[in-house]
Amino acid sequence: MKKNTLAVLVVNKPGVLARISGLLSRRVVNIESIAAGYTEEPDVTRITLDVKGDEQALEQVIKQLSKLIDVIKIVELKTEESVERELALIKVKAETSRRSEIVNLVSVFRANIIDVNKETMIIEILGDEKKINAFCAVLDDYGVVELVRTGKIALSRGPLAVKQ
Amino acid sequence: MAKVSIQEGMTEMSAVKLSGAEILLKSIEAEGVDTIFGYPGGQALPIYDALYDSGIRHILARHEQGAAHAADGYARATGKPGVCLATSGPGATNLVTGIANAYMDSVPLVAITGQVTRSSLGKDSFQEADITGITMPIVKHNYLVKDPAELAQTVKDAFHIATTGRPGPVLIDMPSDVSLEKVPYRRPGQPDLPGYKPLLDGDHSLIMEAARAIAKSERPLIYSGGGVVISGAQEELVRLAEMLLAPVTSTLLGLGGFPGNHPLSLGMLGMHGTKYANFAVCECDLLIAVGARFDNRVTGKLETFAPGAKVIHIDIDPAEIGKNVRVDIPIVGDVKRVLRQLLEVLQPRLGAAWQEKIQAWKKEYPLEYRENGDSLKPQSIIREIYYLTNGQARIATEVGQHQMWTAQYYSFTKPRSFITSGGLGTMGFGLPAALGVQVGCPGETVFNIAGDGSIQMNIQELCTAVNYELPVNVAILDNGYLGLVRQWQEMFYNRRYSQSELQNPDFVKLAEAYGAEGYRVTKKSEVTPVLEQAIRSNKPVMIDFIIDREDNVLPIVPPGESLNKMLG
Repeated sequence: MKKNTLAVLVVNKPGVLARISGLLSRRVVNIESIAAGYTEEPDVTRITLDVKGDEQALEQVIKQLSKLIDVIKIVELKTEESVERELALIKVKAETSRRSEIVNLVSVFRANIIDVNKETMIIEILGDEKKINAFCAVLDDYGVVELVRTGKIALSRGPLAVKQ
Repeated sequence: MAKVSIQEGMTEMSAVKLSGAEILLKSIEAEGVDTIFGYPGGQALPIYDALYDSGIRHILARHEQGAAHAADGYARATGKPGVCLATSGPGATNLVTGIANAYMDSVPLVAITGQVTRSSLGKDSFQEADITGITMPIVKHNYLVKDPAELAQTVKDAFHIATTGRPGPVLIDMPSDVSLEKVPYRRPGQPDLPGYKPLLDGDHSLIMEAARAIAKSERPLIYSGGGVVISGAQEELVRLAEMLLAPVTSTLLGLGGFPGNHPLSLGMLGMHGTKYANFAVCECDLLIAVGARFDNRVTGKLETFAPGAKVIHIDIDPAEIGKNVRVDIPIVGDVKRVLRQLLEVLQPRLGAAWQEKIQAWKKEYPLEYRENGDSLKPQSIIREIYYLTNGQARIATEVGQHQMWTAQYYSFTKPRSFITSGGLGTMGFGLPAALGVQVGCPGETVFNIAGDGSIQMNIQELCTAVNYELPVNVAILDNGYLGLVRQWQEMFYNRRYSQSELQNPDFVKLAEAYGAEGYRVTKKSEVTPVLEQAIRSNKPVMIDFIIDREDNVLPIVPPGESLNKMLG
């Protein structure tokens, strides 16, 4: 099934995230990722949602979300017309003997090492989902201790904003 | 005007200070509300205290669920928003079924709940329940008021949301210290909701496309739902049907939206619809859905629903379009306005062959029931109520066989005359709803047609009827079973009557104990005189009709089957 990215502008009020996630779960839509944060306007929160589904399912998701009073606008962001980023922090086993291999990999993927101790290091990596997946797969050989991802955020290319 | 500008010019210092509870009631009154339904309790006491001095009439239900359904019935009958009030915790959770019921049937309901104080929130305090969280899936919107200064605007917005677009319930949760706190009262402004702008007028190019499809069609069918009733579009719908010579079939909630005694009426469609309505759906080449939502009780098996038809769907809620069936021409807008737009561009058409086919079906497969010796037939009791009230009564029902028989045999001609729980199917809705109807329509004849199972789910509201001298007539079609459950067990579960037989109280004595009139009818000869007596009486009346025990609602489309696979 196709993955779809939605930019959802909502009124910045308590409970608004619960309204959105609750609606999606009761309409039997799986959230692949969700990321929310403040925007250039203080009253508006922007939520980037990734949901799986065919065209009809996506249309229902957009229409149902639009019915929420606190939702101001929803726009579908097509991959080819938008920029997508995700941040991951990865704690990986890094014994002295293997450290230089990992450092090489970090540089190949243009990631950064942000913390090192005797046994492990923490790497930050920024990029689209595929790149992060690939990096995680490579690090698997060394032993990933723990991992956290922000979920995707995205902006459309070109001069226009979603709110327009 | 001068007065307004003086008030607006007031500084906060000189503005009148009011408590949250006073602001709440003042704001409700400003919305035109004169009657509310409720039940007091601890955290609602500040509101009840303010109510003591207010001009608002309060109907004291005997259970919060009764208050919610009564407000719902009031709203359905009058078209005005219904308001119910309960305390926190169990008071609020007892409203939940009523709120869900209003949500499913698009009823403008404003529910107000008391809540524990702001500092006690989130601490599992006595009678605390997260009612905004609990009701999130079943409200159009809800509010937890944390600042009394925002309350007037919140109430204004709440009524705006509840009553416009596709109507629905809105809940306002009021911590008791918000109700007590005094703040300068300032009038609310117009609702400013950037994410809420219902579309009212249909898109012109789609209207033209619909007109072309209508002109081309040979076998058009209008499928009319609750949206016709809500938007007050009966006149427009009749004009449309007559102009196109298109038969009209209604959903359960659409009944009364098109006159049931009109020659173009096919009655109800779907699981317990008429055969001719369901045949018409199967054979039409154009289906014009007006304010309806293709519920699974209507469509049966989706793959074979209106298989040869182009579909025009008119609805105010864009999310309903394409939700269950593929739509060729979607028109989002208020039903009344869109029908007017359509009528302006349509040409009358003749459809003799389609008319003849429909008339032949009507003749061959009429809605009928068989007499069974001396047994009272529920269908004939409903017909008798129809004759004795000239089809003009407001009829509430519970949920079950009696509800379907009422839908089939009381030919509803007026919008807002059939008050029934469609989407949620709530047993226990009818009696409290009938009280709300009677409060909203004093002087009119109001019936609650009930089953012996359903009536016991909110029987306590008979006391409310007596208390407020609401002369509702309760007609119990008593077969000693949960009739529809028993019917399904007979038809689909090998007659294994698991937990569907009821031992009932003496309904006559029960009515009398509550201070109402009670009658039992066992003979055909008694039906008319007892009904006449009930209609004449200015007291609440409960009649226990002992009916044919194992009568079924027919025809029936077995669940998940195609509409043309009707039994009976």
